Amino acid sequence: MNKKIADPSIPKIPAGAKFQRWFGRNLIRVYMVIAFTYLFIPVAYTFAFSFNDAGKSNLIWKGFTLRNWQNPCGAPDVCSALANSIKIGFLATLFATILGTMIAFAIGRHQFKGRSTSNLLIFLPMATPEIVLGASLLSLFLVFKINPGFWPTVIAHVMFCISFVVVTVKARIASLDPRLEQAAMDLYANEFETFRRVTLPLVAPGIAGAALLAFSLSFDDFIITNFNSGTVITFPKFVYTAAARGIPAQANVIGSGMFFLALAIVIAGQVVNRRKSR
Amino acid sequence: MGKIRTPYLLLLPGFGFLFTFFILPILNLAQTSTQTPVGGGDTGQYEQTFRFQNYIDAFLDNKEQFARSFIYAIIATILALMISYPLAYAIAFKAGKYKNFLLVLVVAPFFTSFLLRTVAWKQILGEEGFVVPTLRSLGIIGQSTTLTSTSFAVVMGMTYNFLPFMTLPLYASIDRIDPRTLEASGDLYANAFTTFRKVTLPLSMPGVVAGTLLTFIPAAGDYVNASILGSPSTKMIGNVIESRYFKIVDYPTAAALSFTLMAAILILVTIYIRKAGTEELV
Repeated sequence: MNKKIADPSIPKIPAGAKFQRWFGRNLIRVYMVIAFTYLFIPVAYTFAFSFNDAGKSNLIWKGFTLRNWQNPCGAPDVCSALANSIKIGFLATLFATILGTMIAFAIGRHQFKGRSTSNLLIFLPMATPEIVLGASLLSLFLVFKINPGFWPTVIAHVMFCISFVVVTVKARIASLDPRLEQAAMDLYANEFETFRRVTLPLVAPGIAGAALLAFSLSFDDFIITNFNSGTVITFPKFVYTAAARGIPAQANVIGSGMFFLALAIVIAGQVVNRRKSR
Repeated sequence: MGKIRTPYLLLLPGFGFLFTFFILPILNLAQTSTQTPVGGGDTGQYEQTFRFQNYIDAFLDNKEQFARSFIYAIIATILALMISYPLAYAIAFKAGKYKNFLLVLVVAPFFTSFLLRTVAWKQILGEEGFVVPTLRSLGIIGQSTTLTSTSFAVVMGMTYNFLPFMTLPLYASIDRIDPRTLEASGDLYANAFTTFRKVTLPLSMPGVVAGTLLTFIPAAGDYVNASILGSPSTKMIGNVIESRYFKIVDYPTAAALSFTLMAAILILVTIYIRKAGTEELV
């Protein structure tokens, strides 16, 4: 970027600079309102239609009711699909977080032969389209005569979540001040003690963030799941199959519930972080 | 000795897992892609005959869907960039103490299921939604024009669904720009546009590259938007691969298509990174 930034011989100061600045400032505000409206339209729609007194097909507004919220499992299969998604998400998050954190420490904290190859291997699954990941894993399962189902789905989710965990935790490790660990060593803590009492607590927020990310990726995944889950119905699969005839309002209740829950977790996390940093 | 071994021990379980469930499947897919049906066998039985013609057949049969996938994905990526850049810029430089709050707002819609949001768009843009009647009464679209089951709906859905993949990396790299460099540019008599073109944009290029890749790759392989918001005439290559697997049980063609898709994406991405990385933009 060592090029000349501008030709100073032609000063370009617009005439109505003040007005322009005012307009510029408000233009960006107007823009943000429009952009956030666009982002939130389907969420608002989903939330509004969770109160629809619709019966089976939730396509047209038929009147306000709280019944869907009082009985979110009212529609057939919706809660078993949710339970499957939570179980798969939990297991996938657990394994992916452990495996990914170990890799992140190896890459982030050690110099070794094959480090750049390791980085490449982490990058590749993120650069491969989901449909290729899903289809290739299914064909492997078919070769070994493993029927798609619950555990194949867990394996598939661990596979695509690991890279995201590695990237997230690695970023946190890279931002650590190495002097803190040196200080611990200077105070006669051995390597293990230093890791347990200094490094791990400092990296913990990164690991927690990675776990949250892994869970939300797993919970929301459709394409890879569709290939490897066989007859197991997850929540996204339920919505996909129900979409043709109109999804039940209970699915909107669950979607909205997830939205508020995740929002609460994120906000709580930020509050805790702010308190700690004070 | 122990110190040298530590990183490898840490890598072993994770990489063992990735090798078994990521590398092996890809190799196996390559192997499947040149198989042919067993003579007189049931549907779904294939043997290895190294028929590379499979690739040519698969490509020629689905040229249209390939072209559509890449065109849709490129348009969606450009739209997402155009929407996200000002948004990320505004959050990084103009939001002040609301920065974190607004970032949460960008991600928040994505806590509602991806599928639910896509179905919501289908209903919003559908006949019973409020958009079509409004546009019709304003005379913007004809009385018989529909929005769903069109390529417009598919591209819009893709743009919407992959937006945070664009906004977040953009924000990360714009936020890192020292505002003093922008002031310096202004002090050197650059106007706002020149400052953007010569300072802000080049400094935010890592975010632009990361964001476009994170949007383009999933968009090119996507089939959910096309099947919920589209029609048979908006089928993308993902739809073809999916139906080859589940409806037709034609694994070799599906494998050949998957590989062609991956190769095409890799080539495009490599060209793109070269261009964006070495040549000066604009």
